[in-house]
Amino acid sequence: MDRLHLGQHISQQFNSELAALTKQVLAMGGLVEAQLATALEALAARDLRQVAHVVAREDEVNAAELEIDARCTQILARRQPAASDLRLVLAVVRMVANLERIGDEAERIARIAEKLGNAELPEHYAFKLAQMGSLVRDQLRGTLDTFARMDETRALERLRRDREVDVLYKELTRLLVDLMQRESERVPAALEMLWGARALERIGDRCKNICEQVIYLVRGKDVRHTGLSRSAAPLPETK
Amino acid sequence: MSARDEDIGATVMPPDLLAGHELALEARALDLDYSGRRALDAVNLQVPRRQVTALIGPSGCGKSSLLRCFNRLNDEIAGCRVSGEVRVLGLDAYAPATSLPELRRRVGMVFQKPNPFPQSVADNVAFGLRLAGLRSRLELDDRIEAALRAAGLWDEVRDRLDDSALRLSAGQQQRLVIARALAVEPEVLLMDEPASMLDPISTLRFEELVVALRERYSVLLVTHNMQQAARVADYTAFMQAGRLLEFDATDRIFTNPRLRGTEDYITGRMRETRD
Repeated sequence: MDRLHLGQHISQQFNSELAALTKQVLAMGGLVEAQLATALEALAARDLRQVAHVVAREDEVNAAELEIDARCTQILARRQPAASDLRLVLAVVRMVANLERIGDEAERIARIAEKLGNAELPEHYAFKLAQMGSLVRDQLRGTLDTFARMDETRALERLRRDREVDVLYKELTRLLVDLMQRESERVPAALEMLWGARALERIGDRCKNICEQVIYLVRGKDVRHTGLSRSAAPLPETK
Repeated sequence: MSARDEDIGATVMPPDLLAGHELALEARALDLDYSGRRALDAVNLQVPRRQVTALIGPSGCGKSSLLRCFNRLNDEIAGCRVSGEVRVLGLDAYAPATSLPELRRRVGMVFQKPNPFPQSVADNVAFGLRLAGLRSRLELDDRIEAALRAAGLWDEVRDRLDDSALRLSAGQQQRLVIARALAVEPEVLLMDEPASMLDPISTLRFEELVVALRERYSVLLVTHNMQQAARVADYTAFMQAGRLLEFDATDRIFTNPRLRGTEDYITGRMRETRD
């Protein structure tokens, strides 16, 4: 955590504020991870109690976003942070917005269990979705890890692994579209599955955004919209 | 890692940063000693024309000493020795043929404590003009008004030109000092902590003036207020222990400085000293 020497301010108060901020972001990350895990379990088992659990905890995710944003505003107002401190606060504001959206997608995934009801789909679709879910959970955990370690190299690796998510998403989409064309009575259930896959793919994109913020925070380089995820080039030097 | 530990010697500065920019001031391999104590060590500085450049750094880093090289105010200090090159508007400031009065006309200076003369507002502004031999009442009045306008003070003192300058507020006095410097049509303005004795609102007004002056003058500003440097300067130079360590566009210095030392200073961090 201290690669950026965040804990060495002469102002101990400022040190504490920054430490508390990063802790809060990681706590929110943990909460969102849990939401995703529960949502996927709820969907796999069609467990409506777990769905309710996810829906209920959404408020906590939203509250965390508001609280962290408020803290960031205070730090900007009171400390006029510069350089890496400034980048940390800006990165946190953006990361937290992405985490909140991941929370929304997790809730969406959970609710699919409700919408599917008792509808049956051949096992391998649920299996493929669970596979994608597993991959995205790993992406999220790994992404939060790069922030915890302030590791921009790992963040870049994670960013590029989103391709694997896209591959699974395309595969699953193709299978479901196929199914819908062959068996039109399956369309409602297949569509819900498709929305589930879509939600997971979106979570993957949000993880990419968070990785870009880790790179920005550590390196001072804004790599958004640079196609970095699709290239094999190393991180550009900041000019 | 964005900020790295400093190499000894070279100033860290992007090579093409000032390409195509005319320079108002230059220091090359500048050393300065006060009775044997080294205050400036191999300083290289380029100050572009018609921009605001800030010198920042901890107390005792040599920023005021460096500033005073450009109008040779250091000459007044016994035991002060300068070696290396100082160029002002393209000319060698320390050449034997250099006229000190002319240098100090072209390079005006503003100090921390406003120092208006104990005379009227108008006489303060006219002082340098009269010294240069200007007698025409009409022309004096015109130049006084122009200088006071340029210093953003005209509207506040137009009906008080004969009042004692000492009755102005500190912020007004500081702007009067600038008007006095501007009256003799300098090209460079040196400012040594010019706003540190002003209240916050006067400070902001003063900063507005500094930014406006950029259109016609080159400004080199020493400040211990980092946010001030961030607000007014186009370029910022970071000094420490007599050395100029990093120089870059202000935006860059305050968002992503290259040196760990610069980053530590502007973010208020402690470091283990290595010497």
